[in-house]
Amino acid sequence: MTTTKMSYDEALDRFEPVLGLETHVELGTASKMFCGCRTMFGAPPNTQVCPTCLALPGSLPVANAKAIESTIRIGLALNCSIAEWCRFARKNYFYPDMPKNYQISQYDEPLCFDGYLDVEVGGETVRIEIERVHLEEDTGKSTHMGGATGRIHGADYSIVDYNRAGIPLVEIVTKPIPGTDRMAPEVARAYVTELREIMRSLGVSDVRMEEGSLRCDVNVSLMPRGSSEWGTRTETKNVNSLRSVERAVRSEIERQGAILADGGRIVQETRHFHEDTGTTTSGRSKEEAQDYRYFPEPDLVPIAPDPAWVAELKAALPELPSVKRKRLQAEWGLSDLDMQAMHNADAIDLVEATVAAGAPAADARKWWMGELARRANETGTALAELPITPAHIARVTELVASGALNDKLAREVLEGVLNGEGTPDEVVDKRGLKIVNDEGELSAIIDEVLAANADAADKVRSGKIAAVGALVGGVMKASRGKADAARARVLILEKLGVSE
Amino acid sequence: MSAITRDEVAHLARLSRLALTDDELDHYATQLDAIIESVAKVAEVAAEDVPPSSHALPLTNVFRADEVRQSLTPEQALSGAPAVEDDRFRVPRILGEEA
Repeated sequence: MTTTKMSYDEALDRFEPVLGLETHVELGTASKMFCGCRTMFGAPPNTQVCPTCLALPGSLPVANAKAIESTIRIGLALNCSIAEWCRFARKNYFYPDMPKNYQISQYDEPLCFDGYLDVEVGGETVRIEIERVHLEEDTGKSTHMGGATGRIHGADYSIVDYNRAGIPLVEIVTKPIPGTDRMAPEVARAYVTELREIMRSLGVSDVRMEEGSLRCDVNVSLMPRGSSEWGTRTETKNVNSLRSVERAVRSEIERQGAILADGGRIVQETRHFHEDTGTTTSGRSKEEAQDYRYFPEPDLVPIAPDPAWVAELKAALPELPSVKRKRLQAEWGLSDLDMQAMHNADAIDLVEATVAAGAPAADARKWWMGELARRANETGTALAELPITPAHIARVTELVASGALNDKLAREVLEGVLNGEGTPDEVVDKRGLKIVNDEGELSAIIDEVLAANADAADKVRSGKIAAVGALVGGVMKASRGKADAARARVLILEKLGVSE
Repeated sequence: MSAITRDEVAHLARLSRLALTDDELDHYATQLDAIIESVAKVAEVAAEDVPPSSHALPLTNVFRADEVRQSLTPEQALSGAPAVEDDRFRVPRILGEEA
C-alpha cells in the first residue's frame, strides 16, 4: 500500500468526492437518557452513575421526555418528517465503553427522517439532504493505558469512567453528498457550522466541540471522473473542531487519491484524525451492521408522538440562524462579505447582544470584529470566551458617543476590562481615562504646547493651517491621549487668531 | 438444511469474544439450530393481519421527567468491579487479538 500522498488538486483532477457526515450532539438535559444521573461535563470519575447506567441486574431504563422533545425539535428544524411510531433498538457490540454490552439506539425506525439543511458556501446555497435524526445514549470514556501513544492499539489495559454513559445523544446522518467537487472540505465545514448554530438557537445542547458535546464523523469516498459508481468509503472519527472537519476531508481525499491512482483498493474502515498532523490513520475495520445484531429494545415501549404536540413544537421553533442572519444583515446594512466575516468569526450573536444592550450596530461590529477579534486571535480563544460582555462594549460605545472617551481611550478601557480590572466605568476611574473636558486644563496644556512649538505656531499664524496637526498631536501627547482632539484644534486656532 | 451454519456460530462466538472449541461449536450449532426452528414455528401460525410484535404490553410513550436523582458514590459504583484504578473500572486489553 502506498503511503505517499497526492496533492489535493491532482486528486480532484482525477476523482470526484462523495461526502457523508454523521454528527453526534450530546443533549443538554439535566439528567441522563434512561436514568436520573446528572450529565455535568468534567465531574470526577464515576460520580454520575447509578444501577441503570451501570447495567446492574434488575435495573430498567425509562426514556427522558425532554430528550425526546429535543430530538423532535432538532428534526423539525432540519425539515424532517417525524415518525408516528418508532422504537429504540439494541446495538450489541463488545467494548467496555457500555457496561450493558450494548448501546440503546435506534435502527430502522429513527424518530426523524428525510430532511434537509441549506448551507451557504462561497456565495452558493448547497442543499444537504438529511437521512435521519435518531436518539441514542452516549458511551463511557475509556483511557487506554500502557501503550506508547495512549491509543487503543498497543495498550496493555484500559480504565473506564461511566459518567458519560447514558447521556442522551442525537445522531444526525446526511444522505451521501455528491457534487461538491473542490468545495467538499468547505461544504463539510459549513454544514457542521450551521448545524452547531441550529443546536444553539434551539437551546438543546451547548455544542462544545472541544468538550465532545458535538462530534463529527466524516465519510469520504472517491470515484473516477465520469464514473457514476461511488467508491468505497472510509469513516474518519475524532474530528473535534470545525477546522478539523475541513482538514479531515481534504486529507482523506489526498490519501485515497494516491491509493486509487496507484491501482490500489480503499478498505472500508474507521480512521482516526490527528489534530497535530492533520492526517488520518487506520482504526479498526468497521463491523458490518448485521454484526451489531440490532433488535427492538424490549425494556422500552415504542414512542408515538402525538401529531398535535409535534405541530405545537414546530410552531414554537425559534427563528433559525440562517433566517436570522438575513434579517440582521438587512437591519445592519452589511454586505454579504462583511456578514460572512462576522459569521466566520462567530461574532453575530455577540454583536446582536451588544446592539440589544444599546450600542449602534456599526460600533458594536467595529469593536467585536476589530480590537476584540485581534485579541481573541492573539490569545487563541473564541470571541465569546473573552472575559468581556456585550454590555461592557455597549457601555464603552456610550462613553465614546457622549464624548467622555475617544477611540484611543476606549481601547485602553477594553484592555483594562480584558485584564480583569473591572467594568468599563471602573477601569475609567482606576486608570483615570476620561477625556480632558475641562476647558481651563485643556487651555493650559495648549499654552504649553504653543510655547514649546513656536515654529509650528508661526506657520499656522501665517496661514499654513495644515501645520496645526503637529500642534494637536503635541496636545494629545501632553495629555497622554486624554484630550478631545477636535476641541483642541478649535482652541488652538482661536488662540492663534486663525479662522478656517 | 440447518437454519444456522457452523461458520455463523463461529462468527457469533467471535463477536461475543467467546473462545469455543471445535467440539463446542458443533454442540452449539446443533442446539441453536433447534432453537431457531422452534421459534420459526411462530411464523407458521401468524396470519397476514397480525403485525409482528416486540412488546408484550400495548403501551406507548412511557417517559420520565428530566429530573436529577441521587447517583451512587464512586465507592458504591466500583464496589463490584474486579479491578479499579484511579476511580475507574479497569478492564483487560480491548483489541488484544487484533493488535
